[in-house]
Amino acid sequence: MPARLLLGNEALAQGALDAGLSAAYAYPGTPSTEITEYVLNSPDVADGGVVSHWTANEKTALEAALGASYVGRRAMASLKHVGLNVAADPFVNSAIAGANGGLIINVADDPSMHSSQNEQDSRVYLDLALMPCIEPADQQEAYEAPAHAFDLSERRRVPVLIRLTTRLSHSRGTITLGEKLPRNPFSLPDDPKRYVLLPALARQSYARLVERQADFVRESEESRFNRYTDGPDRSVGIIACGIAHGYVLDVAGGTCPHPLLKIGQYPIPKALLEKIMQTCDRILVFEEGFPYVEAKLRGLPARSSPIVHGRLTGHLPRTGELTPQAVADALGINRLPAAEPSPIPVARPPALCPGCPHASTCNALSEVLGSRPKGGVVFSDIGCYTLGALPPYEAIDTCVEMGASITMAKGAAAAGLHPAIALIGDSTFTHSGLTGLLDCVNENADVTVVIADNLTIAMTGGQPSSAENRLAAICAGLGVDCNHIRVIEPHPRNHADNVTVFAEEVAYPGPSVIIAQRECIQTAGRRARRKPRQGGGDAR
Amino acid sequence: MNRNIILAGVGGQGLLALAAVIGEAARALGLNVRQAEVHGMAQRGGVVQSHLRYAERSLHSNLVRVGTADLVLALEPMEALRYLSYLSPTGAVVSNTVPLVNVPDYPEEKDVLGEIEKLEINRLVDAGAVGKEGGALQAGNMVMLGAGAPFLELPHEALIAGIETVFSGKGASIIETNVRAFRLGLAAPRPTSTSQASFPP
Repeated sequence: MPARLLLGNEALAQGALDAGLSAAYAYPGTPSTEITEYVLNSPDVADGGVVSHWTANEKTALEAALGASYVGRRAMASLKHVGLNVAADPFVNSAIAGANGGLIINVADDPSMHSSQNEQDSRVYLDLALMPCIEPADQQEAYEAPAHAFDLSERRRVPVLIRLTTRLSHSRGTITLGEKLPRNPFSLPDDPKRYVLLPALARQSYARLVERQADFVRESEESRFNRYTDGPDRSVGIIACGIAHGYVLDVAGGTCPHPLLKIGQYPIPKALLEKIMQTCDRILVFEEGFPYVEAKLRGLPARSSPIVHGRLTGHLPRTGELTPQAVADALGINRLPAAEPSPIPVARPPALCPGCPHASTCNALSEVLGSRPKGGVVFSDIGCYTLGALPPYEAIDTCVEMGASITMAKGAAAAGLHPAIALIGDSTFTHSGLTGLLDCVNENADVTVVIADNLTIAMTGGQPSSAENRLAAICAGLGVDCNHIRVIEPHPRNHADNVTVFAEEVAYPGPSVIIAQRECIQTAGRRARRKPRQGGGDAR
Repeated sequence: MNRNIILAGVGGQGLLALAAVIGEAARALGLNVRQAEVHGMAQRGGVVQSHLRYAERSLHSNLVRVGTADLVLALEPMEALRYLSYLSPTGAVVSNTVPLVNVPDYPEEKDVLGEIEKLEINRLVDAGAVGKEGGALQAGNMVMLGAGAPFLELPHEALIAGIETVFSGKGASIIETNVRAFRLGLAAPRPTSTSQASFPP
């Protein structure tokens, strides 16, 4: 089999398909999206062997995977790091209930926040859920991780987190494929009571989960994802997690001169750790994201020997992703001569595409509201329209997390703000906005909700929006007065009319919804290129 | 054989396709390849870059280390300058001369091009003019692939095969246009406006 050049995300997806995957669910989010894109485009889905869908949010994705695992199938949910917050409830409790068919949760963290609101490290959730985790070091390990994790999950009856970070998710590497395993048959759990987390039963299941931690540690100690290699220079021992292992080898020229513990499976392999801690007086910890391992080694107060250095001690930057240069600096490797940086380049922030419907929505909003704070506040959300915060629009005031626009506007309105506007995308609305709008209706909140409906999940590449063309009916069903559910087309030619609609609904003293609907120009363009026009067509 | 390359451009210029073609060409030759790219929010008209590495030996890092890039290949001149610190003292900069001005404080064009011309090994190509003349205006990324090809240490046939693989789903005419753009870039003259730039054979 010749080598293939795959993104870390694609390698993981192919690895899962080759490891007997039956079900894959996900909500798109950078940098995790390509895992499920790859599965959806695979022959395994086309021939009906694998079920895969984009879901309304990460919680529903993980619950669907848990259900597939319940009936014995190998299943996975894929999400970005902040999506794990949304799915935290099923994540933590699924560890107590356990897995029947192998269950993996693929989470792509985004240190340096290339396309995210924070850089939280999903490994911290391991301490809440007491769940094992695989952290692949490269694309080949990303390919091999699902088979290993499914097997671990089924033998130990526990879901397994697979943690990726941006630079593995979105980096291609040459990988060699392995054998393709058969899929599991339908098979109900032989001990179904463990899925009933009533307090009396949950206490027993939780106690068993705690007891099994020693087994999980032993799994880590014997795992091929963890490896101790000796080195002649024992002045410092190196612990390198995930892709940091590659950076260490790279800057060391391929062979590390120091004792090196590669960590790719958690809980932390205690025996291997003790070995390196006893061998070296100083330990340097390289890990992408939080100083997770480092903090565990240091304890409080810091232990006297060996000395542990890393992100907490200033030997590496406390925030942001690792780079080969940062690793080389921490190892005391001399900087290479390089060209002088140029002072000429200026920042080039991302921007809404020319012709984007959100631009028209932002412009109309700004005209109605004028400048802040007297002109009210536009609470916004996660999506392309968040770029409306930047010049030349400066039309939105907040972006905190998925769905926060509606409920923050409601809280602010009740606390005295007027006008209180929420600007939320179609997919973000169905992800986490519906329940907030129900609250608005129940409290008769004086908020104006603008749903920027571009009929797709645009920022992540144009996945289908889960309630396409059903938003007005959904809002009416939640109890919004039909006279105050308005649909407009955000286009420069409709600017004056749209301003009028915004002004009317801002003046209405109860919950109103304006659906600003026009297809994303990127998806419209792609569709037009795929299907050459035969008269008529979409003239937008 | 061990190449470290920074590809630089702006969202929408086809930088990831450029990266895919070179990566595919190297892979098909049996080389180990690593290529890091940026997805998501950054692609909306913002800065897009890719780290591309290929070698006979094993590669461990997806990212190029500061001071080790053999080539900065840029689809936009200001973007070429953004990554000079990655360049090794013997590295080359190959850049499109056509500025993409989508920010209000874009520097003077002559300052940008002048800064590139100061570099010891540089090649400036007007991908717009070259592509327009050859009927491949939409394939500026492949014109720049051709312009950068002398620094890639990959046979031209391998790069053409890479184009055919990467664009295989787009039909014969798209492949043909991209291959033509590549050849135009290979043969591209130095823009008349630029001073003497050194260029290895």
